[in-house]
Amino acid sequence: MAKVTSIPFGPQHPVLPEPVHLNLILEDEVVVGATPQIGFVHRGLEKLVEKRDYQQFMYVAERICGICSFGHSLGYAQTVEGLLEVEVPQRAQYLRVIWHELSRVHSHLLWLGLLADGFGFEALFMHCWRLREAVLDIFEKTTGGRVIFSACTVGGVLHDIEDSELKGIVETLRGLGDEYQEISRSFLNDRSVNNRLVGIGVLSRQEAYDLSAVGPFARASGVAYDIRSLGYGAYAELSAFAPITSDQGDSYARCKVRVEEVHQSIDIIAELAAKIPAGEIAVPVKGRPVKGAETFSRLEQPRGEAFYYVKSNGTKNLARFRVRTPTSINIPGMITALVGCQLADVPMIVLTIDPCISCTER
Amino acid sequence: MGWFNLGHMTLKSLFSKPATAMYPVIVPTYFEKTKGHIEVGIEECTLCSLCQRRCPSQAITVDKETQSWAIDPFRCVQCGYCVSGCPKDCLFMINSYWPPATTKTVAVFTKAGVAPQEG
Repeated sequence: MAKVTSIPFGPQHPVLPEPVHLNLILEDEVVVGATPQIGFVHRGLEKLVEKRDYQQFMYVAERICGICSFGHSLGYAQTVEGLLEVEVPQRAQYLRVIWHELSRVHSHLLWLGLLADGFGFEALFMHCWRLREAVLDIFEKTTGGRVIFSACTVGGVLHDIEDSELKGIVETLRGLGDEYQEISRSFLNDRSVNNRLVGIGVLSRQEAYDLSAVGPFARASGVAYDIRSLGYGAYAELSAFAPITSDQGDSYARCKVRVEEVHQSIDIIAELAAKIPAGEIAVPVKGRPVKGAETFSRLEQPRGEAFYYVKSNGTKNLARFRVRTPTSINIPGMITALVGCQLADVPMIVLTIDPCISCTER
Repeated sequence: MGWFNLGHMTLKSLFSKPATAMYPVIVPTYFEKTKGHIEVGIEECTLCSLCQRRCPSQAITVDKETQSWAIDPFRCVQCGYCVSGCPKDCLFMINSYWPPATTKTVAVFTKAGVAPQEG
């Protein structure tokens, strides 16, 4: 007869960059159930929309999370532009997607480093973060900020990037290629890494679909769901785009999907940098949204689909701002993936959804 | 599948310079656009308070009575929204950070040529 125990996991744990609590139910060493609890870093940012005008709130929206910062500012800007029926210049659309894809590269490199740290491969962790520095330098050079850079505004972007500088950015990213290949080989081929990832925390395609999993977590289970396919912003100008998927649904597949998405993002940046049209980077936005008007927009954050909703009350402040972030929708999938695993694998599985608790709680 | 896939990179790291800089011995160089801190050209400032109203983190206090402009560097998020809205173009984003401090202070700039004071 197996001994049933309940073990608290988190909110403070070495693998967790942010606090989430899981109450794990174990039969001997095997997890049979888990109850998640969030609420440790709630800041009430959605409520703040009532106190800050819709232009000011741009700077609050992008501070929902450090790593998905540009995505949140883009999502908020897209939604408010929909509310005000503003047409954003083409060049601004391209620049937004270039920064957004750079954010994905830096987010995935950060996550790969955290994963390496999670399974105890410290040298790999440091190399991932060393490469990520090159991307952060691009952000700082083009916008002035490293992770939160206030480049987006309602009606366009605040900074332009010269065409010669864009070429330099693409060269820098291509230059990372050789070293990144070596890092990728370690994640995908190293025997000790595979021992920690292959067959761990499996989520089937049907489960991922039923539990509405999003992002690389869903794509690793074979669900080809990527909001970029809808062609919002300059994604419509790409010659081809297909989501990267894998069929295994285990931790290794989630790692593989993210490793390959970095290459995909670099290709997107290179293509858009070559095609970017000349012109304005922003249009002036004045006036207030119509009372009662509401709209929503979606975009693909590094962690998955994010949903933004705004409603106007006719004043300069919005009546309601709502974000549904990828981590909050991925938690049920994570709990399902945990069932049946060993206690020692729990940190690894929690990491593989790339949890972003600040986004989840806002 | 294999062992020691990181071998080449590890050997290279052994014989190359550290990737990190020995701060504060080596002073970091900032980019031209780096968002470090906000300063005001107080003599040109008309104390119109537009920056105070625009600041999303309520870091700026303009006081017409004492003819002073103050910023709490611990509240400021370096978004630059005040700089973009200044009608006299006398707010500047300086590309270096405030020095570290052990107590929370407010930087006060007062008109009539008085140097910035810690208040």
